[in-house]
Amino acid sequence: MNFLTHLLNGISLGSVYSIIALGYTMVYGIAKMINFAHGDVIMVGGFIIFTLMSTLGLNPFFSVLAAMIVCTLLGMTIERIAYKPLRKAPSLAVLITAIGVSYLLQNLALLIYGAESKSFTSVIPVKALSLFDGRLSISGETLVTIPLCIVIMIGLNFFIKKSKTGRGMIAVSEDKEAAVLMGVNVNKTIAITFAIGSAIAAIGSALMFSAYHNLSPTSGAMPGIKAFVAAVFGGIGSIPGAMIGGILLGVIEILSRAYISTQLGDAIVFLILIVVLLVKPTGILGRKIQEKV
Amino acid sequence: MKSKMLKINKSARSSIITVGMILIAYIICQALIVTGNMSNLLQNLLVSMCYYAIMAVSLNLTVGFLGQLSLGHAGFMCLGAFAGAIFSKCTVNAIQNTFIRFTLAILLGAVVAGLFGIFIGTVVLRLRGDYLAIVTLAFGEIIKNVLNVLYIGYDSKGIHLSMKDAISLNLEDGGIVLVKGAQGISGTPRDATFTVSVILLLITYLIIVNLVNSRSGRAIMAIRDNSIAAESVGINITKYKILAFSISAALAGIAGVLYSHNIATVQSSKFGYNLSIMILVFVVLGGMGNLRGSIISAVLLTLLPEYLRFLRDYRMLIYSIVLIVMMLYNWAPACVAWRNKLSSNLAAMLKKSKKEEL
Repeated sequence: MNFLTHLLNGISLGSVYSIIALGYTMVYGIAKMINFAHGDVIMVGGFIIFTLMSTLGLNPFFSVLAAMIVCTLLGMTIERIAYKPLRKAPSLAVLITAIGVSYLLQNLALLIYGAESKSFTSVIPVKALSLFDGRLSISGETLVTIPLCIVIMIGLNFFIKKSKTGRGMIAVSEDKEAAVLMGVNVNKTIAITFAIGSAIAAIGSALMFSAYHNLSPTSGAMPGIKAFVAAVFGGIGSIPGAMIGGILLGVIEILSRAYISTQLGDAIVFLILIVVLLVKPTGILGRKIQEKV
Repeated sequence: MKSKMLKINKSARSSIITVGMILIAYIICQALIVTGNMSNLLQNLLVSMCYYAIMAVSLNLTVGFLGQLSLGHAGFMCLGAFAGAIFSKCTVNAIQNTFIRFTLAILLGAVVAGLFGIFIGTVVLRLRGDYLAIVTLAFGEIIKNVLNVLYIGYDSKGIHLSMKDAISLNLEDGGIVLVKGAQGISGTPRDATFTVSVILLLITYLIIVNLVNSRSGRAIMAIRDNSIAAESVGINITKYKILAFSISAALAGIAGVLYSHNIATVQSSKFGYNLSIMILVFVVLGGMGNLRGSIISAVLLTLLPEYLRFLRDYRMLIYSIVLIVMMLYNWAPACVAWRNKLSSNLAAMLKKSKKEEL
């Protein structure tokens, strides 16, 4: 039963990773950049929900909705100010800017909320489920997280495959110049990608902080990087890949924390990243991209 | 005399200026210390300014000259710090001469960090741009996490290692625990003096200047500018990448040894991602590929927060804005156009004033 509990916790954590990984994988697929600030958008989402719920006493549903709106606007603003002018710049410059944005968000939150971690009240009103005479208990967060993750994944896949905007995204990620010729507005498409990624990140933040309760200005950074690892693991640019990579990574992390070492959990996650990149750099579901001269 | 001066090429002149600057700064500092005009606060900062400058210069080799973003530079510093501190603690009684002991510690720190640099470089450098950055970050975090749970002790039987706690080291009575996991190493002899630090900074600087101006250095910069073109003219990309990366790592190891011999306790948690980013800020602000700039920005950005106390809370905020603004200033089309316009306006003004003079 112990193993089963760990496994379920792993899948739950992995579902959160895969929701966050969606933001990375979409942005990387379309704008060809690692949005380092994505993890910090999650942190911002967490603080907005925290402020609205705990300080202003708002309903959890509306708090999450408000966080989604703010994160969407934030994501689009970041893209407009920091990344859009650097479309043609070398990737080193874009990466450094992204790191700068990530630090900016962290330090703004630090100045507003202080360094000590806040206790985040769960936004999920579902009670824990007890099975096998209480030997296996599944938390309400797990019960909500896993199905919600699947719904988001299917919805997003549907949106990208069927809607006009979604197909525009595929076109831009395939070939930017050709997409322009076919009448796709590249700037608008990239902005929409950031908007969707950030909105989903707000949902991810509600789920993650509900399950782990600790909220501090730096608590978005590590899950963000791990979600990126998940995106790479599953094959960057692929939405089902983000899901598979996220869940595998979550399970591996929880199991290695339980059975190998509590403190080395992060190290093991990073080791996986290195091994994946060396053995199969395109990830589980990724495609090989030919480098052009 | 004048014609001789002109014969020295541009890069040599630039490095003479830098070395001269460091020496003058050193002499001024020493004069202030001897005459008792330097505050304790500043005296405590002198060594740290040097190791941050070494870190910045060595990271500049990877970022500025090789063109690869490394986010795990603090990891190498951490390795150097631990290797040097363990060595000094073990030999503090065996080798009485401070100079010899510290020199050996520095060499050991550099070798350990350099070997890890070769290892990580071999693993990592086949990856491109973004992936490389994230993997160096991963390696840095792995080094930090592993050292955070590592316990090392020694007794008459030799060295004991454990990843659990100090008791499971199974030391004999009288055995000494060297590294205490998250508490790190304490009681390292404080051998890092200002003079030694400045000498090491000069050595680091000269190593990199010589490398950059050599055949290997030109190969490294060719890889940065266009790796495919460099490969097609016969440059062995992997070799030069690993060369630059491991030298950069070894020099970071030296900075680490200085760090651990300047401070009472060395904890691996200090060498996280944050430190790597701080060093990156020094490099970006000083100018990528500009060694003198790295030294100046490392010194200034270590000094300023201490003097501008009110800015202390905003330090990291300002760093982040520096990163964004520098990148936008350098690369955003609007900024580039504005800069070009400004410089052409200036040129026109100069021309005009010259004409008027005539």
